[in-house]
Amino acid sequence: MQTIEFKSKPKIIGSYSIVGPKEGKGPFGSFFDYVMKSDGFGEKTYEMAERKMFEQAVTGAIQNAGLHSGDIDLLLAGDLLNQIISSSFTARAYEFPYLGVFSACSTMAESLATGAILINAGHFHNVACATGSHFSTAERQFRFPLELGNQRVPTSQWTATAAGACVLSLEGEGPVVSMATFGKVIDYGITDVNNMGAAMAPSAADTIYTHLNETGRKPSDYDLILTGDLGKLGAEILIDLLEGRGVKLGPNYSDCGHCYYSRKQDTMCGASGCGVSASVLNSYIIKKLKAKKFKRILFVPTGALMSTTATQQGESIPGISHAIVLEAGGD
Amino acid sequence: MEYLWVFLIGGLVCMLGEILIITTKITSARILVTFVLIGVILQAFNLFQPISEFAKAGINVPIIGFGASLAKGAMNAVESSGLLGAFVGGLEATAGGIAAAVIFAFIFSLISRSKTK
Amino acid sequence: MKNEKINEAYNSYVEARIPKTKAWPSLFNSFWVGGLICLIGQGINDLIIYIFPSMSQQSAWAWTLIILIFLASLLTGLGVYDKIGKFAGGGSIVPITGFSNSIASPAIEYKHEGIIYGTCVKMFSIAGPVIVTGIVASIVVGIIYFIIGLF
Repeated sequence: MQTIEFKSKPKIIGSYSIVGPKEGKGPFGSFFDYVMKSDGFGEKTYEMAERKMFEQAVTGAIQNAGLHSGDIDLLLAGDLLNQIISSSFTARAYEFPYLGVFSACSTMAESLATGAILINAGHFHNVACATGSHFSTAERQFRFPLELGNQRVPTSQWTATAAGACVLSLEGEGPVVSMATFGKVIDYGITDVNNMGAAMAPSAADTIYTHLNETGRKPSDYDLILTGDLGKLGAEILIDLLEGRGVKLGPNYSDCGHCYYSRKQDTMCGASGCGVSASVLNSYIIKKLKAKKFKRILFVPTGALMSTTATQQGESIPGISHAIVLEAGGD
Repeated sequence: MEYLWVFLIGGLVCMLGEILIITTKITSARILVTFVLIGVILQAFNLFQPISEFAKAGINVPIIGFGASLAKGAMNAVESSGLLGAFVGGLEATAGGIAAAVIFAFIFSLISRSKTK
Repeated sequence: MKNEKINEAYNSYVEARIPKTKAWPSLFNSFWVGGLICLIGQGINDLIIYIFPSMSQQSAWAWTLIILIFLASLLTGLGVYDKIGKFAGGGSIVPITGFSNSIASPAIEYKHEGIIYGTCVKMFSIAGPVIVTGIVASIVVGIIYFIIGLF
């Protein structure tokens, strides 16, 4: 079994999302807690800006939960930079323990699932979960200098400058994390770093298929099935792959990356990065769950486990996706 | 008239690069390497000079011209100073371009930073 | 073995799904921007000779390249060259200005890692292969030329 159910019903009692100016102009713009005026965020380097953004997300989530930093038992966080420095350096600002997690852009689900397990087991009361990404830091680590005059290919995606954090707790009010399905690492041999959607879609398909199979549910049992950052092409491929395995995704399926930017923003296949699913979950999704507009959703962020070294050595890009079931709760 | 040929040939050479990008998805470093090698080969077979007389900046401004200068420098230096020329000639002929690119890049790295995209 | 078959089938399936963009606009843009950059080069060259009639063609050409390289570095520093590149693609990569941009952009990008390990080390991260292959090829050509000359 890859799926676990949380009997003690851990709840998301506070959340916070922060995004860059470009992201603020997208369709989700009005839902975010904070839109930065410039993605340099007043810092000397973009790495420092990413860390500051991360810190604001964690602090904001704790405040929105009505807690103080002393109430938090653990921070579970990860990001895209080497040695997950944004998370780790954020953690040094706080007095609570920290566990670094990494599953590329699926990190939000991994941290939520791990946090829910720890709470369910009775070890902790309040666990903070966070992740984020920054366009300018990801671009220089994975691709090219910002000022290099090259063209973006049609399958490429735009790494979002965004971070999201939430506080999971045993008590309090909020959407319930009721189940989690951990995903397998799946690699169908895609080597094109500009086609992450195609690299991640097989893992999303496998996780969703496994989840539905193990729980005996149908796609229509969810008000929304939301993948992370497959983008336009990846989302189309996922629909095809699942159809090939006898699962038909209906109009309740959507992808954060695909609808993260408006069409005018010229981002080719959409958005990518940990921050995409994290900021959508911790703004739009949580607000809609609280308002009972959604009763039950399946949240499946997708990650491409790539490294520049491995890519240059000709390795293909493995994908990973973890799924989380969120329920409005409160009946 | 002369300027028309410069524009047309220069444009065609650059378009050839764009065709390479679209069809093979190669990145800018490989494009530049490919065109430098084209220049070296053209010069090695003495084909560059006739094109250059006709196309002027149209073939010299593209990085093909840089490759041709490298090869031409090496060949000329071999004639004047023998085998040693093969080693010193190429860089000697292109030193100005490389040095300019290095110094200006260095200066601008001191005074500007990557902009928000 | 079985795995490889799946991968092959998947890759060709993905290839077929990739959105096809119209090539003509980008070909046209690369053509006229590339042509224009060459034209500017010719203009600078002719202007230099007009102002300094005694200058040799070779020196005038060297100055032309240096000016073009300067302009490209300046536009890179101002954050403009990448916008031209996004529009023109090959039109601004293939000219010597693209070479200049490929040296200036990493130099600026990695300045925060320090002058030595940032700017100086990373400066050639894109243009390095160009210089290396160019030098290697020219030496090979020179040696072959030397050997042919012996007979």
